This record gives sequence, structure tokens and C-alpha cells, in this order.
Amino acid sequence: MLKKIAISAVAALSLSAGAAVAAGGAGHVHDTDFSFEGPFGKFDQNQLQRGLKVYTEVCAACHGLRYVPLRTLSDEGGPHFTEAQVRAYAAENFETFDAEIDDTRPAKPADFFPGSNLENAPDLSLMAKARSGFHGPQGTGINQFFKGIGGPEYIVSLLTGYTGKTMESAGTTFYENTAFPGGWISMAPPLEDGLVEFDDGHDNSLHHQAEDIAAFLMWTAEPKMMARKQAGFVGVLILLITTVLLYLTNKRIWAPIKGKKKA
Amino acid sequence: MSGIPHDHYEPKSGIEKWVHHRLPVVGLLYDTLMIPTPKNLNWWWIWGIVLAFCLALQIVTGIVLVMHYTPHVDMAFASVEHIMRDVNGGHMLRYLHANGASLFFLAVYIHMFRGLFYGSYKAPREITWIIGMIIYLLMMATGFMGYVLPWGQMSFWGATVITGLFGAIPFIGESLQTFLLGGPAVDNATLNRFFSLHYLLPFVIAGLVIVHIWAFHHTGNNNPTGVEVRRGSKEEAEKDTLPFWPYFVIKDLFALGVVLVVFFTIVGFMPNYLGHPDNYIEANPLATPAHIVPEWYFLPFYAILRAFTGDVWVVMFASWITGGIIDAKFFGVLAMFGAIAVMALTPWLDTSSVRSGRFRPMFKWWYRLLVLDFLVLMWAGAMPAEPPYSTISLIGATYWFAYFLVILPLLGVIEKPTEAPATIEDDFNAHYGKPAE
Repeated sequence: MLKKIAISAVAALSLSAGAAVAAGGAGHVHDTDFSFEGPFGKFDQNQLQRGLKVYTEVCAACHGLRYVPLRTLSDEGGPHFTEAQVRAYAAENFETFDAEIDDTRPAKPADFFPGSNLENAPDLSLMAKARSGFHGPQGTGINQFFKGIGGPEYIVSLLTGYTGKTMESAGTTFYENTAFPGGWISMAPPLEDGLVEFDDGHDNSLHHQAEDIAAFLMWTAEPKMMARKQAGFVGVLILLITTVLLYLTNKRIWAPIKGKKKA
Repeated sequence: MSGIPHDHYEPKSGIEKWVHHRLPVVGLLYDTLMIPTPKNLNWWWIWGIVLAFCLALQIVTGIVLVMHYTPHVDMAFASVEHIMRDVNGGHMLRYLHANGASLFFLAVYIHMFRGLFYGSYKAPREITWIIGMIIYLLMMATGFMGYVLPWGQMSFWGATVITGLFGAIPFIGESLQTFLLGGPAVDNATLNRFFSLHYLLPFVIAGLVIVHIWAFHHTGNNNPTGVEVRRGSKEEAEKDTLPFWPYFVIKDLFALGVVLVVFFTIVGFMPNYLGHPDNYIEANPLATPAHIVPEWYFLPFYAILRAFTGDVWVVMFASWITGGIIDAKFFGVLAMFGAIAVMALTPWLDTSSVRSGRFRPMFKWWYRLLVLDFLVLMWAGAMPAEPPYSTISLIGATYWFAYFLVILPLLGVIEKPTEAPATIEDDFNAHYGKPAE
């Protein structure tokens, strides 16, 4: 069975024109300004905390975050809750099966978020890096260079992209969505205006909730983003200084050999 | 060691003499580092150092990554996430390693095209060139197998597609594919053997790099004029050359610094730009990605692979004349490997008596077209296999073969080269005047 799939995939790819095409149905993704964009962009701690609330109250009903340890909720460069808050959050919201006691118990910070509850609901840990919102033009990647790959933007566009139309097909209801490739998604619209009440009283219109959960999912996908940018910044700075010094050294040692450059 | 006359290491103190008498390792290092190098080398000659750096970077980061990675289909993806989340500096190590592969290939392509323009492959440097081509092939194998290790969707389906190429070989293909995979399909056995080879091959590459360096230290470097260093005497050679240390070491390190500033910018601020989002989805043998694309550095050859479909007349002809043994799929595989093979054969396909492209007025244009062709193929390889991209790939692939098999042999006969300077010293002095003069 696997072999058959493999072989047909190979055949489709290397031989038949058109079989390997599905990019044509890509949906529309609009650009969103996130605080974490650009070389100096940072996660907005409050936004991540709001995003976690949206996740817990809405997404977690079906989806999971199986690669994310609960303890990281208290990490710097993330939602940065206190450890006591994380302990309380884990115990209140999730149960874990513990092989030692052969029973379920309330989750602890050392545990991971649970996986998806529904088989066809994908795990969201890496979703913000597993989707690309921007493409092209013409396969050149220029848009991604300037706007980013567009994972979080895709999530916002998807969550706000429902048109309200539905379609029945083989016993499943599909919802029309302007961002979803192909245009019809089996996930019912999960968010609506005012669905999640934020503790900080932040605007909870549909669009803001979508942005907050997208930011939170970017953090779950790339929890070390701020540390990485910091390392990149220091690395580039040190390399720039070294390079300038090497440039001057190079000029100096070649000067007696080269003399003045002729036209 | 070098064929160009120069000073050799002379042990001075008692201990130096004692060591040198027993193991002349200091002398070996001295001669390697002080090799007389043509003083007119331009900036295209810096990529060797970048490549040496890349190999070291990949081996060092790779060895540390292995300490935290688990080569098992159920755990590989999670262990990479463990590296990204829990290992100290793990996210940087992984991004350095993943983007390091891209830098490695960028450098090797520029290095190869440098050689193609300045005729670095010509006598007496054919063995240096051939060893370089073997290193490049091993790099492709290593890069491909390394991409499989994170066990994402592109890892799995890339492995399926590429090993499927071997399945296209008539008669033995299917057995060969099973042998490579360790089973009927890409599975745990495949992941384990790829992991093993991905760890082994870089050390084979390192060994070949030493032979590569040894070979050109014997023949001497080529240079932008393609004129050989005068070797009548040490004094004569010194007019054309400067010792590698410090002149070229510092120059190359400066260039490496510039390259690394760009590299670190990508690693620090856009580490996933060159990757594919689908590889952040765990491998699923039951769900084929909409669009299977290899990494950018394989795209030109991937385009050539896909260019030869069943409706192309050469394919139909090959199929007819072999009684169907060579079908379109196998033809594509042959074309892809052939595209690399013709490059390896360049020393014998180029008939021109002039080494450097600088003095070959017609060659220059065909060469520029080849560089453009390479870039167009790279782009076409990322596009869906449908018109007009399939046509563009076919034209690109045709030019690739025409350049090596027709244009290079013909140019040597019909082209009238321009006058090259008599010596490297003349070339150098044409550009730079000594302060005293």
C-alpha cells in the first residue's frame, strides 16, 4: 500500500504534467503587523497571555500542542507567567495519564500540553511555521523575503476568512473560507466577536482574538525567537567588527605589494 | 610538496630538529601554508576558504546535534523539537546546521563556476577538478540524507521521490531501490541508514578535500589569466607569486567575514526562509504534500530530471531504439546524472588551447548564458511541472547539454582568442603600480 502510494507519487511528480499542481487553489492571505516581525521585533507578553486564553477556551477543545512543555509558559521571551500561575493553569485545565500511578492526574508544569482530541484536528505546536501565507511572485520568494513566510498571517486570515456559506459533501459539512487552499474547510468557524473575555479588558473583536491566537501559536512554534534574534544581533556585530579589522589588515599587508591602483 | 620552487621549512632549535627528524609535520604544515600563490588572484578565489569553513561548521554543529537527536520514525521529529526547545543553544545549532548546508552549496556553485570560467579544470589540473566533482556528488548525497533526518513531510516525500529515481533503472531498479531503503518503502530502516551515512560521508568529504588541496598544491593554483607561474628558479617564481600566508589567508578571511555577516543575518533573523514550511509537519506516509519540492540547491538538476517527459522526441527516440527499456522516467534520471557527468568531463570536452575565459571573446558569452541557464533551471525546478515551465525546463536542459557537448568542443576550433599577458607579473603590474614608481 505504502509502496503503491510512493510509486504513484514519484510517477506523478517526475512524469505527468499537472498532477503535482495544487498551488493554484491557494487562498487569500492579508498581511498583519505583528510585534514580533523584523530583526528587532519582540513577542508582546500580554498578547501571548491573551492568545493562551483563546487557545485554552476555544482551540484546545479539538486541537493539541503536544510538543510544547507547560513549564515553558513561564519562560522569558514567552508569555512569562509566574511559576505559581503555570502550576495552577496546568492543574486546572489539563489531565495527564501517569504510568507510575496507572491513572490520570491533574497536569503539572513538567508535563506537555495534551495532543489533539479530534483525530482530524492537526496539532498546533508548529502550525505557525508549517504554513506559508505569502508566495511568489512567480516562484521567486521575493514576497516572503520582505513580508516573512506568513504563517501567523495565514492563521489570522483563516480565522477571519469565513464567508458564512456551507456545503455538504459525503456527510461532512464544509465551510467556505477565503484563506483556506481550495476554499472549503471542514472546521466550523471557531471564533466570533466577543467570544473570549480578556482579563486585561483588551478589545475582543474577532480580528483581535485571531491576532492574539496567531501570535501565541508563533510563540509555540518558535519559543526561542527572541533569544535567536539576540544571538543573531551579537553574532552580526562581532563579525562586522572582525571583518572591518580584517579589511584593514588586508589593506595594510598588501599595500607595499600593490601600491596605487591604476585606473 | 609544491611544484613551484620556494623556501622550505628549516628546523632551527634542537627540539625542532628532533621532531623534524622523526615526523616532519611542522614542515608539512609550513609548506602547505607558505605555498607560492599567484599574486593576481581575484575575489572569485575566496570560496575555497568559505567551503573549508562550511565543512568544519557542519561537522562541529552536526556532532553536537547528534548528541540530542533520535533516529527513529516515532521520535525523530520530536527529538528535533527537543533540540529547538530544551537543548541549550539547540535552536541556534540547528539553524546554523540547516542554513550551513545552503551556504555550503552556494559556495560550491560559485567555486565550480569560477573554475568553469577560468579553465581551472584544464591540464594539468584535471584530477583536482574530478576530485572536486566527487566531493560535490558526496555533498549532494549528504545534503539529501540530512534533509530526511528531521522526518518532516518534505523529508519523507523527498526521500520517496529521490530513491524512486533508482527504481526507474531497468531490470535492477526495483531491487536496488529496496536495497537502498532497507524495505519496500521509506521507513525506519531508511531513516537509520541515512543517519549513518549522513554522519559518515562528511568525513569522506574531509579526506577528499585534503586530496583536492594536495593536488592543486602540486600543480599550483590557476589564476585569472590562466598563465602558469614561471618555475625556472625561485627568484623567477617569486615575481609571479606571494606566499599563501599571510597575503591570501588574510584576504580570504576578510571575504569569509563578509560572507558570514550575511549568513548570520539569515540564521538570526530569517532562519526558515530557505526551508519549506511542510517540513514542520511530521512525516505522514498517508498524506502526500500538494507540491513536493527539493531544497533550492537541487532545483537545477531536479528541473532537468522533470524536463524529459514522454512527449519529447529524444525520449521517444530513445524508447523506440531500446525497445522501451529507456522510458521517460529512466531518461529523466539519466539526464539528471548526465548533467553532472558532462561537467565532470569538461577537461576533455573543452578543446581550446587558452585556459582563461578572459581571453576567449566568444566563450564569454556562451559562459554567461550557461550561468543564466543554471539560474533559470533553478527557478523552473521550483515551479509545477506544467506548461510553460516544462518547456522552459526542456530548453534549459538542452542548453546545459549543448554547452558541454557541442559548444565547448566547437569553440576551441572556431574561436580566435585574444592576447594573454606573458606573465602573471605583467598582469599584476598592469593593474597596480608600486608606490616607488
